[in-house]
Amino acid sequence: MIRHFELSLLELFSSGKLNGTTHTCLGQEYIPVALRAVLTDDDFILSNHRGHGHYLARFQDPEGLLAEIMGKEGAVCHGVGGSQHIYRKNYLSTGIQGESLPVAAGIALHLRRQGNLGMAVVHIGDGTWGEGGVYEALNIAQLWHLPVLVIVENNKIAQSTPNRLQMAGTIAGRVQGFGINYLKINSIDINEIRTLIRPYIQVARTKSSPLVIEFETNRVGPHSKGDDTRDIKELERIQKWDWYSAYRQQYPAQFEHLGLKVQTEVSSLIKDVEARELVQWKLL
Amino acid sequence: MEATLKKTERVVENLNRALHHIFAVDPQVFLIGEDILDPYGGAFKVSKGLSTKYPDRVLSTPISEEAIIGIGGGLALCGNKPIVEIMFGDFIALGFDQILNFASKSVSMYGTKLDLNMIVRCAVGGNRGYGPTHSQSLQKHFVGIPNLYLFELSPLHDNIAVFEKLVNLTYPSIFFEDKVLYTQRIYTDGLIDDLFSYEFLDTANNFARIYADSFEENSCLLIAPGGLVPRCLAAARELFIDFEIETQIIVPSQLYPFELETILGLLTDATHIFIVEDSVAGGTWGSEIAHQIYSHLWGKLKNPVKLIHSKNSIIPSSAHLEKQVLVQKEDICNSVKDAVLYV
Repeated sequence: MIRHFELSLLELFSSGKLNGTTHTCLGQEYIPVALRAVLTDDDFILSNHRGHGHYLARFQDPEGLLAEIMGKEGAVCHGVGGSQHIYRKNYLSTGIQGESLPVAAGIALHLRRQGNLGMAVVHIGDGTWGEGGVYEALNIAQLWHLPVLVIVENNKIAQSTPNRLQMAGTIAGRVQGFGINYLKINSIDINEIRTLIRPYIQVARTKSSPLVIEFETNRVGPHSKGDDTRDIKELERIQKWDWYSAYRQQYPAQFEHLGLKVQTEVSSLIKDVEARELVQWKLL
Repeated sequence: MEATLKKTERVVENLNRALHHIFAVDPQVFLIGEDILDPYGGAFKVSKGLSTKYPDRVLSTPISEEAIIGIGGGLALCGNKPIVEIMFGDFIALGFDQILNFASKSVSMYGTKLDLNMIVRCAVGGNRGYGPTHSQSLQKHFVGIPNLYLFELSPLHDNIAVFEKLVNLTYPSIFFEDKVLYTQRIYTDGLIDDLFSYEFLDTANNFARIYADSFEENSCLLIAPGGLVPRCLAAARELFIDFEIETQIIVPSQLYPFELETILGLLTDATHIFIVEDSVAGGTWGSEIAHQIYSHLWGKLKNPVKLIHSKNSIIPSSAHLEKQVLVQKEDICNSVKDAVLYV
């Protein structure tokens, strides 16, 4: 669903039907999907600019999200937030890099005081590690024993800048500097990922401590819209890696069946939302 | 006579009492900041006693302004009422993103109104010789940010009432505290000295007016935030005694948004209007207020509105150099005299 939703968004942009910008998570969809089964409704998710997948995995609400992006009636945030500023119960996304980690620390403090074992779950990228707020928040999260789960989606490229030009050392090394628990995931197999991360998350949750999980992943699509500067060889390598291709190869019948079903759903959704009135908002 | 001689509490004591009061009545209130634990109790002792009484709601932090304000934003988003202390207001620049792009935007950028009760307190102002990075008045940098309210400490406004309002404002706010005020006595019962009294112009006790009963016509009107009260008062006294110029002073607790309607009558009656502030020249709070006054009263004003602010300069450390830059009593007197006597 996330893949087809976002492919359709890119098409809509190309045909001039969408306003502004969008950042797709093509290739990285499996991460929020894997997490969904391990997280609870008490967990507060803080998403980022590349957040469609996080939202869809949490709420299964392509309709509200599409209406939001298209500025049509039924928009989850009345068309004000758009692609990268979404708020629903225990979920928000915002478009400033690194900003959400300190906020997550505040939310985690609240959750810990509530005593329901909820965690603040922050999705960040590799590029986010350039921001100072990340380190301020990690330091405090560890000092204050805050249940903050940091999900790093390391796609090895920050917009157009490869990690060799933007990151000295490693994420693991930085996290270890704070004495924070750390786990690296290379797998793209959802079941395997769940098995690997579940015990770590359980410990962080029950002991109220921060945890950083780094996913080694790839951005199959552009940063935004048609702004990919990576060379063809690199893109071919990534295409081969993509869970989508692996799924097609391993389960061709199921892949085709489900793909067709979701494609039909998404196209009829687009028709439906496109036909709606523009969403109205009273200036707040 | 005895009542006037009775020593009232100092402004810092009043502020501290207000925080104790708010903590006692509202379990959702937090204080977050650097060096705020007892026995130190904050660089200016505003938080004295709080951490002893409320250890789980007074959180001493590392030197991390972005995180401090961000944690406040996260707590507020979950329905808490954090008060964030920025030791020297100058350091608020390090957390500007959290105020501009998170706390204030979150009130409305998700399409429906979210309540965010966060107060960022910061010590501002100079005349203490702390130099360029510990003396600024940063109010002007926060004027005109949607959903962000600005308030200022004054020796006229009781902080219990102010903080009761701020913790339930449902919008984030910044509370500016001119550090020179901390050790001064707070005024009570409408009394200031043998010449001046004060009153509130609205039921919300937002606008205070300092006036003298003996004045026949209040020809000059000064509008000034709380931090300027001592200098404005000294100037008003001198202007009356030495030059027979009668001046009244309007002191708003809420700087922005500025509720001009309450004082429209006074503005129309005044012969001369001055807006006094500590911010250095250029794009100041005062220029915003002047614009509002012109928009409402163009054609009814007797004279142009005059701005009195600090020079367009960094703030030097040495006392004699600092005085050249920051607004002093003499600057206020000279501006008023220029307008009234030498037209």
